[in-house]
Amino acid sequence: MTKYLLLKHYRGAPKGAHDVPMDKWTREEFDAHVKYMSDFADRLEAAGQLVEDHALAPSGMWVRYDGEGKPPVTDGPFAETKDLIAGWMIIDVESEERAVALAGELSAAPGAGGKPIGEWLELRPLMTDETAPTFE
Amino acid sequence: MDDDLVRDLVPAAISVLCRRGADFASAEDAVQEGLLKALDSWSDSPPGSPLGWLITVSWRQFLDQTKSAGARRARELRVTEEPAPSTPAGQDDSLHLYFLCAHPTLTSSSAVALTLRAVGGLTTKQIADAYLVPEATMAQRISRAKRQLRGNRLDAPGDLATVLRVLYLVFNEGYGGSIDLTAEAIRLTRQLASLTAEPEVHGLLALMLLHDARRVSRTGPDGQLVPLRAQDRTRWDTTRIAEAIDILQSALAVDRLGEYQAQAAIAALHADAQHVAETDWVQIVSWYDELLALTNSPVVQLNRAVAIGEADGPQVGLAALADVDPAVPRHTAAAAYLHEKAGDVAEAAALYTEAADKATNTKERNHLLREAARLRETP
Repeated sequence: MTKYLLLKHYRGAPKGAHDVPMDKWTREEFDAHVKYMSDFADRLEAAGQLVEDHALAPSGMWVRYDGEGKPPVTDGPFAETKDLIAGWMIIDVESEERAVALAGELSAAPGAGGKPIGEWLELRPLMTDETAPTFE
Repeated sequence: MDDDLVRDLVPAAISVLCRRGADFASAEDAVQEGLLKALDSWSDSPPGSPLGWLITVSWRQFLDQTKSAGARRARELRVTEEPAPSTPAGQDDSLHLYFLCAHPTLTSSSAVALTLRAVGGLTTKQIADAYLVPEATMAQRISRAKRQLRGNRLDAPGDLATVLRVLYLVFNEGYGGSIDLTAEAIRLTRQLASLTAEPEVHGLLALMLLHDARRVSRTGPDGQLVPLRAQDRTRWDTTRIAEAIDILQSALAVDRLGEYQAQAAIAALHADAQHVAETDWVQIVSWYDELLALTNSPVVQLNRAVAIGEADGPQVGLAALADVDPAVPRHTAAAAYLHEKAGDVAEAAALYTEAADKATNTKERNHLLREAARLRETP
């Protein structure tokens, strides 16, 4: 089993297949979208493949160390940041094929006009931190 | 009360419930409930007959489940309030439980989870922690597996090869939580070996013991990976190695070679060398030839190429490696090692760095990055 991260971007992903911004959607379209996402998570849990599922607030800040005895420096938020993560889902699956199939399914969430938005999702395997006892 | 003892009773209790007419899924659920009650209350006052206690509590649980599932189903099951006198679970029952939990129709992750619960007596929470997934997800994985098994009887013939694959997976994967899964895999394989004389089962047990005997020396003081050639061999568990070699020799004497026996033979040759320079690489290569004939696996081909590099020199090893599909995991790491052996330090350093990018776990990645740094420091 390998765990994969499905990363959803507000900005920074290539343009999706049916890319109508959310502020142009009707309430019905929005509800259908939300329902699709939560049903998807429920199905994954029922399949024993969901590890976690989180959305991120779009606003945040940058923080860095600024030397001994000084408080960390903060900056931002930067409205123009190129890449902005919207949230993620971690799944635990048998194969990369299954991970790709699930990402495809998630990307098919309906948007404007009830059509699949076809947004690009980033799929990244998680590294484990132990090696098998048999590896040498 | 010792948790291990409680867990030993789980498969026996499931078998008894099945023999009294419960289907496997319900029996397993009921015994898991009984187990949780036992873990909860036995620490204060362990019962005189733990198995009898677990069976009684689980049976009651089963009857409650059945009643709440409706009287119709209860009639169909034709079970009675008065159980037949319980006989201890027989060897066949225990063996069939392994077969059922590792049924070939299940995915490997489902089979692993179900085996750990029904044969290993672990709780869903312990299994979830070991595989770093939420308990709810693991519970779903297990109940889904049991739904898939509906209609399979506990006495159906099984597939030993799947059982062994599942046990080896338990040995090799899962590191979270409080349960030591390598020890658990050894316990379950040992138990299976007591139920059958099948040489591959004993080969797998020997293989696990050999790897486990070298376990402490695989990790350095800061948690870093120490490759076999650099391990402190005085830390190897020689009692465990001797036990494994005994088991392996008896298995090989049956003269029905299989992949686990062949792998164990290779591990035994490593374990037998007091110093890395004493390693009998020629014999290791011939075992890899056997293993390749048995499995035709590209991973075996890769390891064989490295062994050839040790036996016949790095150039011959690199030639053998050239025949291996470059997509096989650790191909680049093997190439790096053989190039280093051939004295091609710059190429080796570049390959170690490249291999680090392809590593799927952080220990291995860090090891490869350190190897690259070591070579860059070489004057």
